[in-house]
Amino acid sequence: MKDLPENERIVITGVGLAAPNASNLADYRAKLLAGKSEISTIDLRFMGPAPAGICDFAETRYRKKKENKRGTRAGCIGVYCAGEALADAAIDFSEYDKARTGVYIGLTEHGTVETENEVYNISKFDYNVDYWTHHHNPRTVLNNPAGEITMNLGITGPHYSVGAACAAGNAALIQGLQMLRLGEVDLALCGGISECCGSFGIFASFKAQGALAEHDDPHKASRPFDKDRNGIVISEGGCIYTLERLDKAKARGAKIYGEIAGYAMNSDARDFVLPYGERQAQCMELALDRAGMKPRDITIINTHATGTRQGDAEECKAIAKVFADCPDTYLNNTKSHIGHAMGAAGVLELAGNLPAFSDNQVHPTINLDNLDPECGLANIVANLPKQLDNVDAILNNSFGMVGINSVVIVRKFRS
Amino acid sequence: MTRDEIKDLILEIIADIDEDAEFDGLNPDEPLRDQLDLDSMDFLDIVMELRKRYQLQIPEEDYPELATLTSCVNYLEPKLKDK
Repeated sequence: MKDLPENERIVITGVGLAAPNASNLADYRAKLLAGKSEISTIDLRFMGPAPAGICDFAETRYRKKKENKRGTRAGCIGVYCAGEALADAAIDFSEYDKARTGVYIGLTEHGTVETENEVYNISKFDYNVDYWTHHHNPRTVLNNPAGEITMNLGITGPHYSVGAACAAGNAALIQGLQMLRLGEVDLALCGGISECCGSFGIFASFKAQGALAEHDDPHKASRPFDKDRNGIVISEGGCIYTLERLDKAKARGAKIYGEIAGYAMNSDARDFVLPYGERQAQCMELALDRAGMKPRDITIINTHATGTRQGDAEECKAIAKVFADCPDTYLNNTKSHIGHAMGAAGVLELAGNLPAFSDNQVHPTINLDNLDPECGLANIVANLPKQLDNVDAILNNSFGMVGINSVVIVRKFRS
Repeated sequence: MTRDEIKDLILEIIADIDEDAEFDGLNPDEPLRDQLDLDSMDFLDIVMELRKRYQLQIPEEDYPELATLTSCVNYLEPKLKDK
């Protein structure tokens, strides 16, 4: 690993999350190790039932019901995750200046839910736009979830959203790291959020693409790498980290989950929806290179695989290429438990693996009954967790539509 | 609608905006904004709700008429007398 001064080393010191199976990291980890899916069925406007991941969390822990009603679901999830991350990190802003704190939130999309709701609302009034809400613009501006967090916490440093399809969570994490290294901020609250279960259009579009999962049992609908996989289970959720420079984190005695050792983003420059393994492989190689690490240094690859036929196979091809001779590198997939939380996916999935640095377990990929030969990688941890002697580094893949790839490598912290 | 019914209607709309709103001790002649957790967007919510429920179009220049509970009732009484 590259030798950087402590004020350029960026560490994760707090995690706040809302997932379809848990609303704190300890419960989330326990559920992932137990391999219990909590995907349910929702009834979508115009469409009817579909499997989906819905989050159950303390929505009024950090702000009033009135503010949740005025804001967006993404804002509500974001405020909860940010509050939880700060509490977990034991940061009360006596140690950091709110004007030197940045909020960077990754979003796959934003405004779809609110726009659909408003068009539906005015349909009840013969499409008379006098009934269109004045809340529409503040709810749908792209910085909305990040801005709702700053309003809630009184943070006066920069806030914005990072739009990067389903690579957005990782992209925001990378943005936070870069802003800390540039000296733009001293504390970064960064992660990803998705409210997309409120949009029938997102479900309908995946269905039209032949990429929406269907299964009689919603717990079994998300099945990456399985021969019988038939698409994505859409979930809502959020995960926000506190990132700090190592010198400051050490000085205040912070608990350190891990150090971001490397990262990379690149573009396929080819197709609107089809993934491209070649470029994904290049992205993983670039992240490894930036970290000063070899493929063999990675203990866990947390895959992006969403349960689509082509996407899973393409990622496996890319991993096979980069990690051709790595018998001690294991793979898992978190979407098999929680579905695809879109902009939150990368960061939520990374969070589920961070405790591996202390418990040395690889959480399993569930619903993997018949491994698809096209995804036939040797070390996929299937259905039961794998106990290792040591987990040293996690490589987190997150890819998105219109050809965007992101990779983050987090290493066990060593002072 | 009677004056009391209009008053109850306004309080019901405010309670829908803010479930935690506390109406005990509310002075009907003091601005609502000074006594409750309401801002300009909330007043637009009140205007929208009146439009949805009673097809009332309240022009922007009349918004100050909604400042206090009493002024709301005074302003709305003729508009809602047949509702």
